[in-house]
Amino acid sequence: MEFQSCVKIINEWDIVAARQLGRNVAKELGFGTVDQARITTAISELARNIYLYAGQGNVYIDKVYDAGKSGLKIVATDEGPGIQDIRKVMEDGYTTSGGLGAGLPGVKRLMDDFDIDSTPGKGTEILATKWIR
Amino acid sequence: MEIRENMEERYREALSTYLKDQTEQALYSGQKISRKTIEDKISPEEIISLHKSILMEICPDTTDKVFHSLDFLLEVMMGYGIAYRELQSLRHQQQELKSEIEIAANVQHTLLDTDIPDVDGLEIGAISVPAKQMNGDYYHFVQDENECMGIGIADVIGKGIPAALCMSMIKYAMDSLPEHRHAPSSVLENLNRVVEHNVDPSMFITMFYGLYNPHNHVFSYASAGHEPGFYYEAATGEFKDMDAKGLLLGVEKKTKYKQYEKSVEPGDMIILLSDGVTECRTDEGFIERETLIEYIQKNIHLKAQEIVNNIYKQLEKLQHFQLRDDFTLILIKRNV
Repeated sequence: MEFQSCVKIINEWDIVAARQLGRNVAKELGFGTVDQARITTAISELARNIYLYAGQGNVYIDKVYDAGKSGLKIVATDEGPGIQDIRKVMEDGYTTSGGLGAGLPGVKRLMDDFDIDSTPGKGTEILATKWIR
Repeated sequence: MEIRENMEERYREALSTYLKDQTEQALYSGQKISRKTIEDKISPEEIISLHKSILMEICPDTTDKVFHSLDFLLEVMMGYGIAYRELQSLRHQQQELKSEIEIAANVQHTLLDTDIPDVDGLEIGAISVPAKQMNGDYYHFVQDENECMGIGIADVIGKGIPAALCMSMIKYAMDSLPEHRHAPSSVLENLNRVVEHNVDPSMFITMFYGLYNPHNHVFSYASAGHEPGFYYEAATGEFKDMDAKGLLLGVEKKTKYKQYEKSVEPGDMIILLSDGVTECRTDEGFIERETLIEYIQKNIHLKAQEIVNNIYKQLEKLQHFQLRDDFTLILIKRNV
């Protein structure tokens, strides 16, 4: 992990800043336009979740290298209310039906690796990585 | 990857043809491409990206504004791509649920299966059809050591899986009743205790239990708020309601049920049903009990099983083949 960059999410404009950072890094790494759009959409979702449900938090964008592959890793952290039932928010149709966006299952599908940790009352950390094919 | 290269080739060809001559045939090949891309699970944003790169290749002199607009379009289509993939996954889950329910319905079918007994001097017909896959109605025949035939018919308020689960419990409770205690009032009192103890307070069950004694042809019965059946008197040709008072199962632990008796003459019929029969909703509203009686009269010359089958078929047709509630109809006829 030789590169790391962070955007603090406090208001809606920060979502744009996080997207911009993610797109720049994705371009540098050589992701194609479709994957760039997928990565920025995932970042948007995660940053929006922080803005809407936690109030504030951070989105980190890392370049990662593993066994000759390179990729982009998003880490979204907040100290918000946390998620009571992770299985439920990972269910298809749970958030999208209310028009809340792609939701976490959407983020998981847009990226290659996905991991979530959440403690009610403490906060949430979500990791999502996309590898260059 | 090979799929994509193939697709790229096809797309390039179709698009070039269309840009040259705007023919319907070229558009038709576009439609065929979309059928293929859906089959190959290619999402909308990938199509736009493909479109853009092919356009750059075959019309490099296109203005940059057009290419930028395609990037914008791609971003807009991202949400549709996600929704599309979610739909695919939900469809898969729905398929799984469907087959799971099918298995559950088979299990229930085996569990609730009851044989119509062979009783001297009686002819019996029975039909029970669930509105959805699982049945919230239930009927059960038992024969005790004195050749008396017990008949239970029950209906859970509600339908579908919750009702079916509830019904399985009734069946189990019936099976656990002591052999010698099949007097209708005591059967209902026993079941009432089981239901009161085990079932969610929001669930109610209505039940009718009757016992036919083939030696003296007396039919004794009791009801826990169940839809009243009909009694057909052959001598007069009249249908009467088999009114019986009693509280639904599961309401009050110490409910007592009144037992009624009826002497059955040759040619007489006992008709038992669930509210799915009387609550058949037709274009003119619920069918009247009189209408049902007319249907029975129309078929009265037939065998008991044919009568119930015919009535079901006719009521099914009246409702445009859409059952709104589970349907159970039983007919017991004393042979002449």
